[in-house]
Amino acid sequence: MARVGVFVCHCGTNIAGVVNIPEVLEAAEKMPMVVSATDNKYSCSEPGQASIREAIIENNLNRVIVAACSPRMHEITFRRALASAGLNPYLLEMANIREQCSWVHSDNKEIATNKAIEIIKMAVAKVIRHEPLYPRQVGITKRALVIGGGITGIQTALDIANAGYGVVLVEREPSIGGRMAQLDKTFPTLDCSACILTPKMVDLSQHPKIKLMTYAEVKKVTGFIGNFEVEILHKAKKVDHLKCIGCGICWQKCPEKVPSEFDLGLGKRTAIYIPFAQAVPPKPVIDLSHCRYTKYLTWVATGQEGKKPPECRICEKLCPTAAIAWDQEEQLFTEKFGTIVVATGYQTYDYSHYKEYGSRDFADVITGLQLERLMSASGPTGGEVTRLSDGSHPKTVAFVCCVGSRDQQRGRPYCSKVCCMYTAKQAIMLKEHDPEVQCYIFYIDVRAGGKDFEEFYLRAIDEAGVIYIKGRPSKIYQDGKKLIVLGEDTLMGRPVEIPVDLVVLATGMEPSAGADELARNLNISYDTYNFMVEAHPKLRPVETHTDGIFVAGACVGPRDIPECVAQGSAAAAKVAALFSQDTLTTEPLIAVVNQARCIGCLLCVTICPFKAVDYQTTQDGRLIAATNESLCKGCGLCIAACRPKAIDLRGFTNQQILDEVAGLWL
Amino acid sequence: MAVSHEPRIVGFLCNWCSYAGADLAGTSRITYPANIRIIRVPCSGRVDPLFVVKSFQLGADGVLIAGCHPGDCHYTEGNYHTRRRFALLRPFLDYLGIDQERFRLEWVSASEGKKFSEVVADFTETLKRIGPREI
Amino acid sequence: MKQSAYPYYPGCTLKASAKEYDISARLVCAQMGIKLEELDDWVCCGAASAHGIDRLLSIALPARELVTAQKFKAPLVTACALCFSRFKFAAYELRNEAMRNLIKYIIGEGEIQQNSDGVIHLIQLLDNNKDDIRVKKLLNGLRVACYYGCLLVRPKEVTNFDDEEEPQIMDKLIKLVEAETVDWKFKTECCGGSHMLTRPDIVIKLSHRLLYQAKQAGADCLAVACPVCHYNLDSNQKKIEANYKDNIGLPVFYFTQLVGLAMELSPKQLLLNKHFVNPMPLLQRKGLI
Repeated sequence: MARVGVFVCHCGTNIAGVVNIPEVLEAAEKMPMVVSATDNKYSCSEPGQASIREAIIENNLNRVIVAACSPRMHEITFRRALASAGLNPYLLEMANIREQCSWVHSDNKEIATNKAIEIIKMAVAKVIRHEPLYPRQVGITKRALVIGGGITGIQTALDIANAGYGVVLVEREPSIGGRMAQLDKTFPTLDCSACILTPKMVDLSQHPKIKLMTYAEVKKVTGFIGNFEVEILHKAKKVDHLKCIGCGICWQKCPEKVPSEFDLGLGKRTAIYIPFAQAVPPKPVIDLSHCRYTKYLTWVATGQEGKKPPECRICEKLCPTAAIAWDQEEQLFTEKFGTIVVATGYQTYDYSHYKEYGSRDFADVITGLQLERLMSASGPTGGEVTRLSDGSHPKTVAFVCCVGSRDQQRGRPYCSKVCCMYTAKQAIMLKEHDPEVQCYIFYIDVRAGGKDFEEFYLRAIDEAGVIYIKGRPSKIYQDGKKLIVLGEDTLMGRPVEIPVDLVVLATGMEPSAGADELARNLNISYDTYNFMVEAHPKLRPVETHTDGIFVAGACVGPRDIPECVAQGSAAAAKVAALFSQDTLTTEPLIAVVNQARCIGCLLCVTICPFKAVDYQTTQDGRLIAATNESLCKGCGLCIAACRPKAIDLRGFTNQQILDEVAGLWL
Repeated sequence: MAVSHEPRIVGFLCNWCSYAGADLAGTSRITYPANIRIIRVPCSGRVDPLFVVKSFQLGADGVLIAGCHPGDCHYTEGNYHTRRRFALLRPFLDYLGIDQERFRLEWVSASEGKKFSEVVADFTETLKRIGPREI
Repeated sequence: MKQSAYPYYPGCTLKASAKEYDISARLVCAQMGIKLEELDDWVCCGAASAHGIDRLLSIALPARELVTAQKFKAPLVTACALCFSRFKFAAYELRNEAMRNLIKYIIGEGEIQQNSDGVIHLIQLLDNNKDDIRVKKLLNGLRVACYYGCLLVRPKEVTNFDDEEEPQIMDKLIKLVEAETVDWKFKTECCGGSHMLTRPDIVIKLSHRLLYQAKQAGADCLAVACPVCHYNLDSNQKKIEANYKDNIGLPVFYFTQLVGLAMELSPKQLLLNKHFVNPMPLLQRKGLI
């Protein structure tokens, strides 16, 4: 038998000044199952809570109504008060007679009083149906998965590992390092990118808490916070990395040369390769689509048609440790993790849609990232900036900003954030490489928001003599050896026509290929450009709507290096905070299945946004739904969808809500 | 003497946007007609069509469901289900002899206290115009 | 052969300086079994000036002809790129109901139907019926730079014609008669248009770039679909050559004339003798006449 206590709060004059408290108390006493109705000046104050506590004990109450402010304000406070009186905290219901009554109906005290009584009536009807609820504890696998081995992923992995927890870092390329490894210098300090990145890469590879999995991809994710199960595909490297000592003889002698992805097609690599000299791990993989021996094997397998390819196997013959493993196949492993951090980064926009800029028809129109490779001392030209067409040194260079950024027509309305600064940096660097170089930068706006950024931009003008022209070029075309850039100087209101030796397109950022597929796998949202969506752009920037899964870096939106590093550390701090607990407490206000009523239609499984409803087979062989308490967020979508009313939401059951409505007409 | 009709509205408000919006109307001291009785639900997607029909059966003059704006659902997609579910319920109300104007689905965010008060005022006005339900 | 009729709006230049365009268009269409029915009592489309002076006037003028053309079951065909642009703009603006009512009040006759696809350009007409083009003589060996000009393709949401930077529709027609088309980057760059009257320096510069680039790309001649482009590139060519001390000598054809040649219409019928840059030596050299 329910014994309900009603506690009406004056909230000073906030409620009492409008609502006639004695009248409310008198009405409340007459409500069903109510054994006491008392008032308090300030229920939330310590004396107020104490009087509730005493009344619970004194009247042997087992249900409590606090008629006061919004439950969004003080539900937790009063739940604690119930707990301190030895009562299950979930036997509380709040009647919101302040925000939704006294404050909005101060113009008519009689109406406000009547409404307050009705609100309490509804709460009484609901509270009678409350059941004691108990939060559950689940264990945590204290091991984190970091997806992506760029600067963000590296920072995240190092920070988590330094906090003392195990980390697995998965990178799909043969080496970690990401985009930052391709850069020559970084703005605005002109630090050598490799010099600040490679020590971190080495630290990571040698850290006892970090397990590095390169040339591997995340295939499937199941489970929930603290207990994820992840299938990781290890692609066939065809090289036994346990035996390999990274001597390099194989990639020096491999006869098959193919365009290097790392050098963006500007240089060559071999079929057995490490992407760049400082690669981590410094051990090669064999690119099967180009390997001569693999081609030979295919030729044998397909019936020996056509010309016989060479059998090659030079790497195998030369390898001093017999590390070449032709029988190595791709392998799928399942590992357990407590949290996952996504740091899959970005790629640059493919400007072939820009037909007015030649769609890759002109050899001397290159992208910003390609220029980085040309300027890098370890790049394909050894740091000499030369034209691809004739190998000459360009003396006039035009930069075009916002290619694939801030362009509604190309479906890329967002700002890529880093291009203004990297074009300024590249112009300064070009001037340092060759003082005779004259740079022109076509821009829409110069966005130099960042520490020392504006000063850096001014340095490009003052010291490097860069000429900034406000306007997006309309056309680039070849005229003899020169490229002609047509545009408008919108500040002068005049068309401009500049013949240059080299054009650099500052292509914008877009999420790495496959980011959408990964996001779907992890059940996290992504926007129309496939950038991952954070739980809150201001207050929860590295969290997602799926508990235990974090995002960091340029996979969320265009970011520069310091931001990526900060986000990586932020995600690591979140992971460490989670791992500092031994168990996780789960909210009991979740959906539960009445197995006897379930007909196994499994509509709930398809409707649940959190993959929290699964199915199981009963002993008598029926298929029924089952909720996962750790994944369920208690939204109640499945309940409204359930036809036989077999699934219900604790704290907001169908019966409770119907009774609440009916309470109005009691 | 003609007594002016005071309609009763049952409002199902999602906890994250609309209930917070109604709270904001309170903290901003925006007055609106006292004809609404609010029931808090975790998400507008929690609202079973049965709740609406039952409210009408018990004597409600109007039923309001308010949730987060499309795209802003705290549970990512609950309000999309709400939108579809009640597009289907609406014509069914005609069949029950309940004027479709007595049922409303509105998007009220946590920052739209003003909008919430306007919705209630406008709905109350509409229900007064339609007059009491003939049962 | 099937017979079909289309309402046809020639526009003012096709009755005067671009007569050869009008005549070759009619001849080619007749060969294809298409009857171009010139609208009765047509007025100026307002090109070049109306839209700079009075927006309503610039919509009302083409709208009047759109209403006249409505009695046909087929879309209105225009040959001039300027007319095409103005008609497309008018149709675009008339999607708005308030604008339709206002224009109806101004022109004071007929109901205005809402149909932005109701206008097509002559190239589109030929392209839609390309199966009816009976090629009798292949134009092998002729290297043509197809020049579309700016008004056919832009703005895309209004004209809905072809790619703004790399259109192909005219190239496809020219390839159909087995002439070669050159790949060049200036298909849709401006020739200077009607600025010839006020700022000839601009036109000479822009048109020179077009002719120069076409020649660089290896073209023997240009094909155009606009009387103003033709004027700037053909009749001004001597002036351009003098100005830049450059020997260009590129004949400029209307695309209809090239298609006509392939139908074995005579140069005289196609009025090839009307051009300022004489195309006969080129055609003789290539063995096409």
